[in-house]
Amino acid sequence: MALLRGQISAQASYRVSFAIDLGTNMVATMLDVLTVLVLFRVTKALGGFTLREAMVMVGLTALAFAAADLTVGNIERVKLYVNTGRLDAVLVRPLGVLPQLLLMDIPIRKAARSVFGATVLGVALASADIDWTVARVALLVYALLGGVLFFASIFVATASVAFWWIESGEIGNAFTYGGREFTTYPINIYSGWFRRVFAYGLGFGFVSYYPALALLGRTDPLGLRGGRGARAPAVSVAIAAAPAAVWRVGVRHYRSTGS
Amino acid sequence: MGSVNATAPPSALRNIVPAFRTFAAITGSGFRRYSTYRQATVAGAFTNTVFGFLRTYVLLAVAAGTASGLAGGYDREQLVTFVWAGQGLLAVVALWGSTEIADRIRTGDVASDLLRPVHPITMYLAADLGRAWHAVLTRFVPPVLTGLLFFDVYLPRQWFTAPLFVLSTALAVLLCFACRFLVNAVAYWLTDIRGPMIAWLIGSGVLGGLFFPLRFLPEPLMVAMWVATPFPGMLQTPLDVLVERDAPAMRCGLVALQVVWVVLLLTCCTVVQRRAERRLVIHGG
Repeated sequence: MALLRGQISAQASYRVSFAIDLGTNMVATMLDVLTVLVLFRVTKALGGFTLREAMVMVGLTALAFAAADLTVGNIERVKLYVNTGRLDAVLVRPLGVLPQLLLMDIPIRKAARSVFGATVLGVALASADIDWTVARVALLVYALLGGVLFFASIFVATASVAFWWIESGEIGNAFTYGGREFTTYPINIYSGWFRRVFAYGLGFGFVSYYPALALLGRTDPLGLRGGRGARAPAVSVAIAAAPAAVWRVGVRHYRSTGS
Repeated sequence: MGSVNATAPPSALRNIVPAFRTFAAITGSGFRRYSTYRQATVAGAFTNTVFGFLRTYVLLAVAAGTASGLAGGYDREQLVTFVWAGQGLLAVVALWGSTEIADRIRTGDVASDLLRPVHPITMYLAADLGRAWHAVLTRFVPPVLTGLLFFDVYLPRQWFTAPLFVLSTALAVLLCFACRFLVNAVAYWLTDIRGPMIAWLIGSGVLGGLFFPLRFLPEPLMVAMWVATPFPGMLQTPLDVLVERDAPAMRCGLVALQVVWVVLLLTCCTVVQRRAERRLVIHGG
């Protein structure tokens, strides 16, 4: 907790920069949504989904990603720590490696993104004309938790790459930000092996697409049976278990820098 | 580099050759520097390629959803070329940029840049051109080949498109360099430039035409962005030249607009640098 408090006061001390930071972060999240709106200005439907229906997927993705980014997004910085050997200092402290890294730079500014994501989802759900039942409310909560956990594990998994591949650079972005891009849109617009790899192989299809189908009461244009939507979050929870193991192996694999 | 002679000031004319040689040497070192980051280059090209697939499918879905099959005036093949060439160009102009100069300012390392016999902006620019040339070979070619392999792409039909595209890309590199320098130079006044940096990332991504072609926007808004901001000149203009979106005269006009912005921003860079040098205080003892 002391680590967290220290971070907050450190960031707030550069006041002008902090304000710009907070504002632009908000705008950054809005632009993802704005992009979707611009696309729908040009077309009436995307993969057979109207704007209102697609916005449910956009909202689910935005909130799940923002919440995961807020809590574990910082793990991206591990490549910097491995590269410079600063992870040594983390390892010698009597605290867990993962919690320490997460608290070393808590981005307060990212909190704004989660608030915005929740707003988008709220508006989308309200305007999507959903026939609410207890089961659907439960599904929504369950889907969101699954989505957050899924994105969080993608963050951990891609960050773990740095233990083996020190200059991994942007490769994680292909799956974190790329994954967000993927789940923002209905997966039936992608085709062939690309869809199979991302949607089923990596599991991104279960973050927003199948839950949204179940919420909207639509059948899958890709022909998966109806019940699949409700089970989707369970799939993403199952997939999320692997990265924790990878992370532990990675930390053991770490060798410091220098001679 | 042999460009400075401390004892006798050489005549202006004879100065040109050594100055050029210095510039070329710094460019070469910029190239060599980036050619040592092999893992990062592979990682970057891979990420651009994944995003290429994502954006292609999204834009093709947009085109499929319209009555005419055209999205913003582009047909399917033009959209594919737009996306894949765009994924390559984004690394060539270095749209994401880095905070390297800002970090040098913050730590005081910039002092050593000011001591050199080459103007700092000239030096940064030369190094950046080396980086851009390296990116053309390693970051532009792979995504474009991937696009060619997996999709039906639009190939230019008029002979002058190729030279115009090369010119437009070169201007885009200069334009993007000038903008990145200005963002980094904010560090002379603010120290922590995370905020301005994110503002730049958003501005360049959206207004540059990376997230969606600017032609998707309402006409007046699009024209305003094109004329009033330098951003479209960094990606949208070279890409529109490549896919031959407009009549030839209009394409030349867009490139001319890039020239105007390049001159304007590079002048701005020198003014900012001069003012910054006056107020710079190097931290530490």
